[in-house]
Amino acid sequence: MNAVLANLPAFFEGFRVTLLLLVISGVGALIIGTIVAAMRISPIRSMNAFAAVYTELLRNTPLTLVLLFCALILPYIGVTLPYFVCAVIGLTLYTSPFVAEALRSGINGVPIGQAEAARSLGLGFGQSVSLIIFPQAFRMVIPPLINVMIALTKNTSVASGFFVVELIGVGKNLANLNGNAVIAILLAVAVFYLAITIPLGILSQRLEKKLVVLR
Amino acid sequence: MSSPVLFDAPGPKTRRRSLIVSLSVLVVIVAVLVWVVLILAAPRQSSGITLPGFFAPSRWDIFKDPVVWSFIGIGAVNTLRAAGAAMVLALAMGLLFANLRTSPHALIRIPTTVVQEFLRGMPVLLMMLFILLAASTSAFWAVVVALGVYNGAIIGEILRAGLVALPRGQREAGLSLGLTRGQTKAWVELPQAFRQMLPVIVAQLVVLLKDTSLGYIVGYNELIRTTMTSLNAFYGNRYLFSLFIVTLVIYLGINLSLSAFARWLARRRN
Repeated sequence: MNAVLANLPAFFEGFRVTLLLLVISGVGALIIGTIVAAMRISPIRSMNAFAAVYTELLRNTPLTLVLLFCALILPYIGVTLPYFVCAVIGLTLYTSPFVAEALRSGINGVPIGQAEAARSLGLGFGQSVSLIIFPQAFRMVIPPLINVMIALTKNTSVASGFFVVELIGVGKNLANLNGNAVIAILLAVAVFYLAITIPLGILSQRLEKKLVVLR
Repeated sequence: MSSPVLFDAPGPKTRRRSLIVSLSVLVVIVAVLVWVVLILAAPRQSSGITLPGFFAPSRWDIFKDPVVWSFIGIGAVNTLRAAGAAMVLALAMGLLFANLRTSPHALIRIPTTVVQEFLRGMPVLLMMLFILLAASTSAFWAVVVALGVYNGAIIGEILRAGLVALPRGQREAGLSLGLTRGQTKAWVELPQAFRQMLPVIVAQLVVLLKDTSLGYIVGYNELIRTTMTSLNAFYGNRYLFSLFIVTLVIYLGINLSLSAFARWLARRRN
């Protein structure tokens, strides 16, 4: 316990890095995922195919391999970036197809009459998607999107294997320094993760219940 | 909602236009891909020395050697071995969690919920480190136990959702036949819940397989560690790119076929 209390600043530093990874790659994944989802439902065949291939490829590649690509292969090819940026790129790429799939299932969940009504009012594809379908789909996909973000929170830990010192990295360093308090230190790391994931989980459950009532 | 509602059945003019747009997008995508490939294929300058491009035969010649493939095979088998053991453990833990979670006694139900939420809320990697450092086991068992327990908590939640979704009459029919609560759950409810949730469970098992790659970080010699660390150290950095591509293709092959299996299961149900 003393080892944990004495090193609280280190924990908070690691927590800050984890939060940064989470927020930046979360926002990036939301942006790319929305674009991919829009491509996936667009009338243009080649965009469709591209989005489908992108989704399948990234969803079936282990995160470790994606981050390894960003942290080892990119510099090897000649793109030199700080490791933190590499981790953000990798996490963003890996998370974006999950966001796209959550959005797509939300779009599929919007009753078909909504699209028909939009079309019969004379709205074009872009208008009916951006004004009618997406606002409704977004509301319905908030709980699954929060679940994607919870998964991302846990996935940021993989960055510790690729030279980013976030919570797990701090935990490993401290565990090496304090051989007699390994369990306490790792439990403290777990508590920091739970401080993000459990509130998000409760939020998602609440919203889910609320939206069920709404429909 | 199927997307054709979102746009008119295209007439000849629109069809032509959409074909043009589609083709031009295709051209752009292909052009970008060709550009990337050309950049990779070009000979490289590094501190005054010219190195061959990434598709030059000298970067790929190790794959003619069967010994390399036997090492890759060992890595792949290690990945599948860890995944297989973890899957068995995860299914057993899932059954256990689902049972305890739906127990009529609050004294069993509530602690189980707390433990399950705790396990679901923390990264698998942390669990692996914990087992590795605190229990000082081999890396193999750290990977297997962490993946088994973590995915067991998730599969338990999936099974519980399946149990809750069953019509009440199933349980009542079992009880009215004189089966005990436990018998009803074991012979009537759980088999149906399991079958109902099978596609979701298989999808989770695909996630488990992907997560065995975390063994790379905790020092278990699975596929990525074999190719990117051991083989790369032995044959030299020259082969880093080719080894990465081979690893990627193997993972995609395994995961895509498992995902296709999960989709097939889901379709067969409907």
